[in-house]
Amino acid sequence: MAPPTTFRTFRAGWSRVPLIGWLFGALLAVTLERLVGGPLAAAVGLPKIPALFGLDIMLKKPLLIPNAFLYVLLVYGLPMGFATRASIAPANRLAAGLLRLPITVTTFVYIVFLYVIFHVWAEVNDYRALVLKLTLIAIMFTLSLNVINGYMGEFSCSHPGFMALGAYCASVFSLGLFVDTRFFGTALLPPALGPFVFPVALLLGGLLAAAGALIVAVPSFRTRGDYLAIISLAFLFIVKSLIENLEYVRGPRGLSGQPDWANLPTVFLWTVACIWSINNFVTSTIGKALNAVRDNEMAANAMTVDTRRTKMVAFLFAAFWAGIAGGLFAHVLRYVNPGTFGIQSLAEVLAMVYFGGLNSVYGSIVGAVSISLLGEALRPLEIFKWIIIPLLLILVMIYRPTGLIAFKDVDVTALFRPRTGPDEEV
Amino acid sequence: MPVLEVRKMSHNFGGLRAVNGYHLEIDAGQIRGLIGPNGAGKTTIFNLISGVYAPAEGEVSLNGRKVNGLPPHRIAAMGISRTFQNLLLWRHMTVVEHVKMAHYSRIRYGLAGAFFGTRKRHREEAEIEEKALGLLEMMGIRHLAGQVVLNLPYGAQRRVEMARALATEPRVLLLDEPTAGMNPEELVRIMEIIRRAHDELGLAILLIEHRLKVVMELCERIQTLNFGEVIAEGTPEEIRNDPKVIDAYLGKESLI
Repeated sequence: MAPPTTFRTFRAGWSRVPLIGWLFGALLAVTLERLVGGPLAAAVGLPKIPALFGLDIMLKKPLLIPNAFLYVLLVYGLPMGFATRASIAPANRLAAGLLRLPITVTTFVYIVFLYVIFHVWAEVNDYRALVLKLTLIAIMFTLSLNVINGYMGEFSCSHPGFMALGAYCASVFSLGLFVDTRFFGTALLPPALGPFVFPVALLLGGLLAAAGALIVAVPSFRTRGDYLAIISLAFLFIVKSLIENLEYVRGPRGLSGQPDWANLPTVFLWTVACIWSINNFVTSTIGKALNAVRDNEMAANAMTVDTRRTKMVAFLFAAFWAGIAGGLFAHVLRYVNPGTFGIQSLAEVLAMVYFGGLNSVYGSIVGAVSISLLGEALRPLEIFKWIIIPLLLILVMIYRPTGLIAFKDVDVTALFRPRTGPDEEV
Repeated sequence: MPVLEVRKMSHNFGGLRAVNGYHLEIDAGQIRGLIGPNGAGKTTIFNLISGVYAPAEGEVSLNGRKVNGLPPHRIAAMGISRTFQNLLLWRHMTVVEHVKMAHYSRIRYGLAGAFFGTRKRHREEAEIEEKALGLLEMMGIRHLAGQVVLNLPYGAQRRVEMARALATEPRVLLLDEPTAGMNPEELVRIMEIIRRAHDELGLAILLIEHRLKVVMELCERIQTLNFGEVIAEGTPEEIRNDPKVIDAYLGKESLI
């Protein structure tokens, strides 16, 4: 009798922790790790601080799993658990106070807070910083594909192609203008100007990707059905082989030596901008028209919705963000080659979209983060990773056909609101 | 001048003459009935007027402007709105989102507003929402505004469709069997709504209906259709006593 009730009250305690409380807990945990992580890891018998909550050493050194688990519990679990629990009342007061400010200011405060946590967490080692940046890029990539495959309900395969266009466009821009290379000649502009011009490089990449999307969209949105899937798949291969055969961008050898502009704050800001603008779009009536066209086109037309315009706008918009993600990707890895943007990249992003949940901003974030982390955890398995991820996807499709968190857009007011228990209704 | 005028409209599906030389004139504030046995071409006429198909021959004009040949969303934006016989709702959207969607063509905040969430967009979305809620109030389904339509009872779904059709602020309303599958209680309410749409908004309404009681009660004039052609036209009284109508509905001499 007793245990389930205790457990429920135990859990119910945390249901009253507002978002700000969780952020405080996380900040405490990452600060703790930064200060005493090294000695603590040594004390529990780990060679160094586990980079990804022990996920990355799980398969390499399975014997260390209990140690890693203990470490995660000591550094993250217990401090976060106690801090959030102990600070329920002040955190709720703070959350209520923050909500009274203009919503833009409130959102800004939360975003800065989140960034600080990421920053402290990623400072521990370079591998973490890299995984974090790639995960943020994966979020942009997944979310933009979700606009097409989820919100619009068409099946597009060309997304890695758009990403490649963005990556190459931004790379050519930055290498050509700011770096001395054998293939593009000497730098034309002083490197100090670089970081300020980086957004231009990314935007150009995004626009080129959108232009590529126009080529796919014009023939495929004349009719409904499988045309988009086929045309977009063809487009993906065309882009890939085009780049492979273009000596101007060094064909299959790829481009390397991109300047180191894509630091964590840059990638973080672009990701926030991406989530913000896509969420804006899909919650507007213009964006909801995508759902209307998907669920019943005839009714949508009868309600004055222009099918073609709606689809075109969404498709180009999604491709634009894929292009931005591509530009960032090239500058994070500082190397880009056409092989990266093949069918495997498509499979990965589709897995992220369908695993996380269709028609959902939260779902895309969850999908991108979980598949990215899983990918890192399964890295030692190399090619067998491609057996486990699809298997997982099949299970999700069977038990939750629309993905983990489908049909959920971000509502900032709901996200930031204080959480009060049933006994303390305001 | 009539609000909606249809002249000599014909349409074929393959070798089948689905509609042949259809004529219609409706003035603002008139309710017209369209009856006929199954397969007579009633819904096809709606699809032709609303632009789902472009008529092979003839002309459809709204306030003297030719609309046939335009895509359906343009025709809808010009003022011809409709409901569907088999409830075409968007199953993942809420009731209020359905009604808001009908404002699509009148949204002025544009793509910048959609992408960047400008102040203009928030103001306009709030205006649309208020209008939508007002309309739901009139339909008596305001309390369902936040519900996903999939979970609603049939009668409520019908009213959502009607609210959505009215939200485009039409001048002509095409109602395709608005009472199909309704129980007597829901029937009374939907008839009341049609009357209010007529009285308060002054719409020209064309009504397809199988329940003769409803048509006879609501419509000033009725057309009877059979095999794509109008076989009789007149007041409810004339239609009720027309031998051709009785033939078409009940078969020759079956009543006599």
